[in-house]
Amino acid sequence: MQTLIAFWNILRKDIENYYLKPPNISWGIIFPLSWTLMQLIRSQGDIGIEELLSGLMAMSVLFGTTSMLAVTITFERRSRSFDRLLIAPISISTLVIAKILGAILFGILNAFVPVIFAAFFINLSGINWGITLAAVILIAITSALLGLLIAVSAKEVFEAQTFSNFFRFPMLFLCGLFIPIDKLPVILKPISFCLPLTYGTDILNGAITGNSIFNAIFNISVMLVFTTLLFYLCLRNIKTKWIL
Amino acid sequence: MGIVDVANLKKSYGEIVAVDDISFSIEKGEIFGFLGPNGAGKTSTINMMIGLSRPTSGQIIIDGIDAIKNIKKVQRIIGIVPDENNLYDEMNGFDNLCFCASLYGISIKEREKRAMELLEQFNLTKAGKRPFKTYSKGMKRKLTIAAGIIHNPKILFLDEPTTGIDIESARQIRELILDLKKQGKTIFITTHYIEEAERICDRIAFIVNGKIVKIGTVTELMESVEREHKIRLQLDRSIKDIKEELENNIENCRVEIPEENSCLVISKERIALSPILQLLDSKGISVYEAKEIKPSLEDVFVKVTGIEASKLKKEKEKVGK
Ligand SMILES: Nc1ncnc2c1ncn2[C@@H]1O[C@H](COP(=O)(O)OP(=O)(O)O)[C@@H](O)[C@H]1O
Ligand SMILES: [Mg+2]
Repeated sequence: MQTLIAFWNILRKDIENYYLKPPNISWGIIFPLSWTLMQLIRSQGDIGIEELLSGLMAMSVLFGTTSMLAVTITFERRSRSFDRLLIAPISISTLVIAKILGAILFGILNAFVPVIFAAFFINLSGINWGITLAAVILIAITSALLGLLIAVSAKEVFEAQTFSNFFRFPMLFLCGLFIPIDKLPVILKPISFCLPLTYGTDILNGAITGNSIFNAIFNISVMLVFTTLLFYLCLRNIKTKWIL
Repeated sequence: MGIVDVANLKKSYGEIVAVDDISFSIEKGEIFGFLGPNGAGKTSTINMMIGLSRPTSGQIIIDGIDAIKNIKKVQRIIGIVPDENNLYDEMNGFDNLCFCASLYGISIKEREKRAMELLEQFNLTKAGKRPFKTYSKGMKRKLTIAAGIIHNPKILFLDEPTTGIDIESARQIRELILDLKKQGKTIFITTHYIEEAERICDRIAFIVNGKIVKIGTVTELMESVEREHKIRLQLDRSIKDIKEELENNIENCRVEIPEENSCLVISKERIALSPILQLLDSKGISVYEAKEIKPSLEDVFVKVTGIEASKLKKEKEKVGK
């Protein structure tokens, strides 16, 4: 019960102080929206919105969660208010989950901005929403953990931003969003298969367009492995780097 | 065995040894002070005791719990006021306090009640509705202390609670610390203000370069160094001309003339006044006042640590800005 109170209040504070702040809300909407428009204009009708949708959703989640989490945590670290959480009588795992959950929820909501937009143009009834939601959640979790991992390594807010872009942009091009993985140069392919986003996008592709490399169960399992791995990496890094 | 027992505690950051094999124990209900200059290792010691840093070696037992193995259990019964005012800038005072209480699992009703009480106690009721970032330094400090005691901890750690704030807030904070002691709390405080340590601590440890050089009650510390007896005389004129004569006539005495119209008579033994007065009288010098000058804790600190008290003072000013 005591842990639950602490957990809920950490989450609520982050939502109120960061995720519901007007600049962040508008960023969460404008960003996916402008990518959607840009892709539509660029493709000039060659590509259907359906084919773009999975990529846009994955990207919205990735950008929403990693940057928000990396920046807010680095910010709290710098003002030393994060120390308050480390000296609170709650386990580091509880703390990590409470901290990433805000970003995860934010990312999930971001993912549905392009969906709402697309709903004006096409019929979305053929999409498997259950699997889509599972994919979005898993992408949000892995992206948030990645953001936390970046935050553990960064000292300044600008560093956190630079690091997260350093990871995100290559990931975008290697995960099969814009360039199908089978068209990537042979040397880059193995890297693609090391990225959680690749599997997340593949689930989305399968659920939305029906074209995927692996089946959903396999993809979800791989994502769960990534989640566990990233979670323990975050815990270990916090324990060794923040508790000196 | 005290409520806090620290044994052979050591912390190094690479080459730097911040805390060098210190041992001490704090009795239940006392105010225990760490007095030392900047960089002495005070914060490093506190951080190890509260779980913000891992000792290189040594043992910390708090209320019977091994604080190195079981820090989360310890954190439930301790309150922490860090050296920086690290509350949330955007949140108001009331919300800051409620949030801190929630980290200890306190129910919403209880934490709102406690927050109101504390705001009132610290004269911050009005300010409670303003964001933390609009507070003055003294107000920030007070709210940070309130946040440290909102969950009613058994043991309180205060890292330089009055450094760099206005005199009035500092006075209020010292009163509050004494109040907390009356309520039965055990308090560990670090400071580089000698007078503050002298005024509120039951026992003091002098810490320099990561080592505890002396530990004891104020009286014990005073008695630990060989003390000189000093008497200051206020006169109607300078006695530069008869300084030597005075020294020759009174046994084992030294005479100093710090300023015109006054002199200091210093001796290893207690000083009898009448021979001095008689001699001065015979020279036609009037004595208006004779006052014994007691040694201060500052003198003891300087003697024991070899650090000039002015060094501590200079740092005070730096921090104060
Ligand atoms: N994280 C750290 N990394 C390296 N050195 C540190 C670190 N923290 C403290 N120190 C060093 O340890 C010594 C003691 O510092 P500190 O405990 O902050 O002293 P105090 O609180 O008494 O002013 C100083 O020399 C300081 O530079
Ligand atoms: Mg310090």
